[in-house]
Amino acid sequence: MSKEHPASRTPKTSLNIPPETLRAMYVTMLRIRKFEEKVAELVYPLKEIFCPCHLYIGQEAVATGVCSNLKKEDWVFSTHRSHGHYIAKGGDIKALMAELYGRQTGCSRGRGGSMHLASPEWGLPGSSAIVAGTIPLAVGTALAFSMQSKDSVSVAFFGDGAAGEGVFYESLNFASLKKLPVIFVCENNLYSTHLPISACLADVQIWKKAEAFDMPGIRVDGNDVVKVFQSAKKAVELSRLGKGPTLIECMTYRWRGHVGPNDDLDKGLRSKEELDYWMSKCPIRAFEEFILARGIISDSERIKIIKSIDKEIEDSVTFAKNSPYPDEHDYIKYVFKT
Amino acid sequence: MRQISYAQAINETLLQMMDRDSRVFIIGQGVTSPWYVGTTTVGLLDRFGSERIIDTPVSENGVTGVAVGAALCGMRPVLMHPRMDFMYYAMDQIANHAANWHYMFGGQLSVPLTIWGIINRGGEQAAQHAQALQAVFAHIPGLKVVMPSNPYDAKGLLVASIEDDNPVVYIDERWLYSHVGEVPEELYSVPIGKGIIRKEGKDVTLAATSYMVYEASKAAEAVAKEGINVEVIDVRSLKPLDEDLILKSVKKTRRLVIADGGWKTCGVGAEIAARVAESDILKKLKAPILRVSLPDAPAPASSALEQVYYPKARELIVAIRKVMEG
Repeated sequence: MSKEHPASRTPKTSLNIPPETLRAMYVTMLRIRKFEEKVAELVYPLKEIFCPCHLYIGQEAVATGVCSNLKKEDWVFSTHRSHGHYIAKGGDIKALMAELYGRQTGCSRGRGGSMHLASPEWGLPGSSAIVAGTIPLAVGTALAFSMQSKDSVSVAFFGDGAAGEGVFYESLNFASLKKLPVIFVCENNLYSTHLPISACLADVQIWKKAEAFDMPGIRVDGNDVVKVFQSAKKAVELSRLGKGPTLIECMTYRWRGHVGPNDDLDKGLRSKEELDYWMSKCPIRAFEEFILARGIISDSERIKIIKSIDKEIEDSVTFAKNSPYPDEHDYIKYVFKT
Repeated sequence: MRQISYAQAINETLLQMMDRDSRVFIIGQGVTSPWYVGTTTVGLLDRFGSERIIDTPVSENGVTGVAVGAALCGMRPVLMHPRMDFMYYAMDQIANHAANWHYMFGGQLSVPLTIWGIINRGGEQAAQHAQALQAVFAHIPGLKVVMPSNPYDAKGLLVASIEDDNPVVYIDERWLYSHVGEVPEELYSVPIGKGIIRKEGKDVTLAATSYMVYEASKAAEAVAKEGINVEVIDVRSLKPLDEDLILKSVKKTRRLVIADGGWKTCGVGAEIAARVAESDILKKLKAPILRVSLPDAPAPASSALEQVYYPKARELIVAIRKVMEG
């Protein structure tokens, strides 16, 4: 199995990103990483969280690079691996942790769990655990934005496995046909649960599907937050101008297994060599070096940021543990809006 | 009062609701077709344009997802499936997404979506163009399911479905499209969750859905000549089901026949029978509950087989006589 995917057609535009955006992206990536590392610990060995968690460690640059181009009013749909998108779009970390603990104060009031996160006020209408399930929803909100004459855009995040679903192609077609303001972001982490994507797709270059639907398609290094940011920026601009959708394939890798905190090496699903290679391409470390070298943050700022994030996450655990469970009498509440 | 057909009632409702509320739009495969949906969408494209009357590629699941997404975002789509059979393709978006969304996120967002599924039985169309899937959808938490049996309810329940904040599966039936009845011109709503007694009686309760209400009325008329006084209930709303209305009637008549145009096993009849069986009326029944439904078999093509496949008044009469014998 190949490790390297040439980031063909990566834009060669010069770096033209305000320093505050770069700083914010660094903070966002670190918040995701540290949140996920804490969750891993809480799932095992501490056994505090029972809800199945699909961790985002290794993929932080994708959610961060894309969402850093979005306004609060833009909508982001996510998947079973949704913590990163939720945090990158601005969702509250305390409410996220409380959701994983199954508490009433959770972002989905303890009804959704890790795979179903929402925060509508932040443009997070929800994430779905059905592979490719939210792709047409993002197209639908883009249709609504267009009918409502809003300049908002929708983003559908999905994994490489989603390229096996018919509804992915139906959605690309409809969005392009109607020139809707939606950005399709495929996070290709090389695995569809346990199966290498090369065992699933006749052509693993998912970005190429765009051509069949007459829309721009691009493959970028998904571990390079700057490249992801720049590709998403262009896609968002096109959408806001009414020029329709773009498909962005971000090549990345998840450090942990499909679900849970383990790395799945013992199950023979992937090699240590492959994992080591991708860990050496850590999106956060590379970016940290990049901004430190350019003086965008100083080392003392970096330490301050880390401390503050650590505290934020510890606070979220305390908040979650001190929060009440949903009232047991409310188990059928919310079936219908009344 | 003015009389119009069931199809005209639907057409008029769509037009009036779109006129009144800019959030309402129609989307589905064949909404601009001159034949796919009978005459229910005639004139809408000219009036509202292709931005609000969206005829779609044949992508049932994708298009259903698009409608769900638009509903999440403040629109009130009417999503049309020209045959219920095609809705199997869209089951993921209907059952996993539309139905779950309000619950799954603790009530933060809802899906005010009308999923309009059309039953088009007979006509030698066979097994994949004739299905009546009301029981399938009624099984799923988070969906409401209504079946208007006459022009008045076709309008009133469509208004209620569009106004509802939840996904409502609105199921109409082509066999009813030419039926004519009194329909007020102005908009009005028929409450979802309420059945109605079409004919009062004291001997047998005959609870029927959709087209079977028409057959039930014919059967009631026929057995009246034999001195059997049937109470005909139009179920109208499968979910929520108007259990009180049915139980009250059965308490009075102590006999129950259920007529539904879907399959028998785990069908509407099974559900209504179970509700009665779970109540204290069970031990007061004078006869076992009988169901008249489709057999557990796909629809045939040959009209010779269709004649026996689809139940009509004659099967209801047999069932009524049987429960009268006790």
